[in-house]
Amino acid sequence: MVINLHNVSFKYGNMNVIQKITTDFKPGELVSLVGPNGAGKTTLLKLLSGTLKPSSGKIYIYDQLSYNLTPKNRAIWVSMVPQNPKLPDEISISDFVMLGRNPHLGLLQWESKEDFNIALESMFLTEIDYLSKRKLGEISGGEKQRAMLALAITQQSPIMLLDEPTSNLDISHQMKVMKIIKKIHEQKSEFGVTVLAIHDLNIAAQFSDRILLFSKGSIAADGTPKEVLTKKNIKSIYGSEVTIITHPEHGTPVILP
Amino acid sequence: MKSPTNTSNQDLVLTYKYPWDKITLGIVVILICAVSGVAVGSVHIPITSVFLILFSKLDLFNESGELTSAWHTIIWNIRFPRVVLALLVGASLGISGATYQGLFKNPLADPYLIGVASGASLGATVIFLSGIPFTYGYFSLLPVASFCGGITAVFIAYLISIKSGNTHLSTLLLAGLAIGAFATAITGILMLRSDPDLRPLLSWLMGGFIRAQWSHSILIMPYMIVGVSFILSHSRILNTMQLEGYYAESLGVNIEKSKRILIVSATLVTAAAVSFSGLIGFVGLIAPHIIRLLWGTDYRTLLPLSGLTGAAFLILADLTARTIVSPIELPVGIITALVGSPFFVYVLLKTKGSTIDGY
Repeated sequence: MVINLHNVSFKYGNMNVIQKITTDFKPGELVSLVGPNGAGKTTLLKLLSGTLKPSSGKIYIYDQLSYNLTPKNRAIWVSMVPQNPKLPDEISISDFVMLGRNPHLGLLQWESKEDFNIALESMFLTEIDYLSKRKLGEISGGEKQRAMLALAITQQSPIMLLDEPTSNLDISHQMKVMKIIKKIHEQKSEFGVTVLAIHDLNIAAQFSDRILLFSKGSIAADGTPKEVLTKKNIKSIYGSEVTIITHPEHGTPVILP
Repeated sequence: MKSPTNTSNQDLVLTYKYPWDKITLGIVVILICAVSGVAVGSVHIPITSVFLILFSKLDLFNESGELTSAWHTIIWNIRFPRVVLALLVGASLGISGATYQGLFKNPLADPYLIGVASGASLGATVIFLSGIPFTYGYFSLLPVASFCGGITAVFIAYLISIKSGNTHLSTLLLAGLAIGAFATAITGILMLRSDPDLRPLLSWLMGGFIRAQWSHSILIMPYMIVGVSFILSHSRILNTMQLEGYYAESLGVNIEKSKRILIVSATLVTAAAVSFSGLIGFVGLIAPHIIRLLWGTDYRTLLPLSGLTGAAFLILADLTARTIVSPIELPVGIITALVGSPFFVYVLLKTKGSTIDGY
């Protein structure tokens, strides 16, 4: 198992944001976390990335207790793309992407030619190579999002966590970024897991192997897109009537409001 | 994803070259500043004689006569040790300034402005006035006491800025200001209550190299070397620490450990500088900013070049301080403040325009 969660809960003050979640992420899975605002998607991602520590319960990453991992070991296994972090304005895009090599370098070790090539590759892949010399303060939100994705790809970790990776993108970029994520996921061999928190149910349906539908800090439904994104589930969790059809090309469910 | 105007750049190559060329340039500039610093003063000594005297130390030339031996003393025992101490102190302040700025994500952090230097000078004063003999061969208690004072000041300033809920630009500076003022006040009280005969000796606390001796440079060197080595070894970590804490941690940086190492090292370097030269402000602000403007924010480039710039700047500031109203000598801190204050305002205005943390 790549990641195991055992009775994981998380509280902000008295509020239970995550309530006793037990689940596994199997090798090779691309999993989407969906659900209304405040359902706990982002919090679960932060628990997986180690940014937050569970109030109770245990998280195992490759059978090791997440709590005991050093930042360095965790970074070798897990990369993440946070949602709208504060970023320093003055750093150049190529320097930023190169930070992804940090977990692989010793204190006194400098980037090798190979490290630079890995970063370059991910910049070509996310199509931000032309921004190489620009500074983070000078580029758009969508470009920043792609730069963060490039950084995470440069990290070459088998587990990749993404928080709303398409939120600042137009529809063409959304599709391109999702295809990149899928491609990277497939390249990662059978040991990798990709978990993304995402609002857009249709994107989730099209690209995921498995969907976890969150409601009030618990998993309300878990399964393939077809199993989870049903008229009944959406009515009970989101409270809205929808029509669900099958995508003519992909065979995945498409939700029409 | 690319708009048609953005041509694909297939032959883009990423590399990092250590800035040996800039470092060489910096060393040349420092040598020029140092020779000027040795040659220029209230007693005029021709530049050729300066070189002759410097080389005579290596027994290559032998000058005789009373006048030249007076020159010899001026250059070898007064001006040269002074220039070397200014060089070391300037380099220390430049490097520790750049480190504090990275640590606190605050472009205005300067060892003087965040209270470290005042705390360090209080530590030095206590030892100085306590009557404890503080020099034992090549070991002196002064840098150690400065370090204790400095580290206390920086931790209090940092705790206050955390306690107030934001490690915001202004909070840290204001906390540093308060601690600095407090430490300076205590230093003042101690000085006034001290033996009047000792007071002139304390003039170095006002910031300056009037009493600079060779032994001072030798005494602070070990602390500088240790502190600077730790800082330089963390250059790449400092780059990563420009990101928010959790983001840097997700890239494998042990934030708490790195912060502790860097605070202790930067304070050690500051304390070494303060222990024989007193309070000299703004060097740690000016030097890193010039380098950032010219060559960007990579700490591997920024740190060594800030050190070189700080060294050159302080040698020139000291040269100005002792010649501008010759034969009266101004404290060098006055010159650095005259240059530094407008610079501070400039950085403040520039920072206000962008986001506070992202610089």
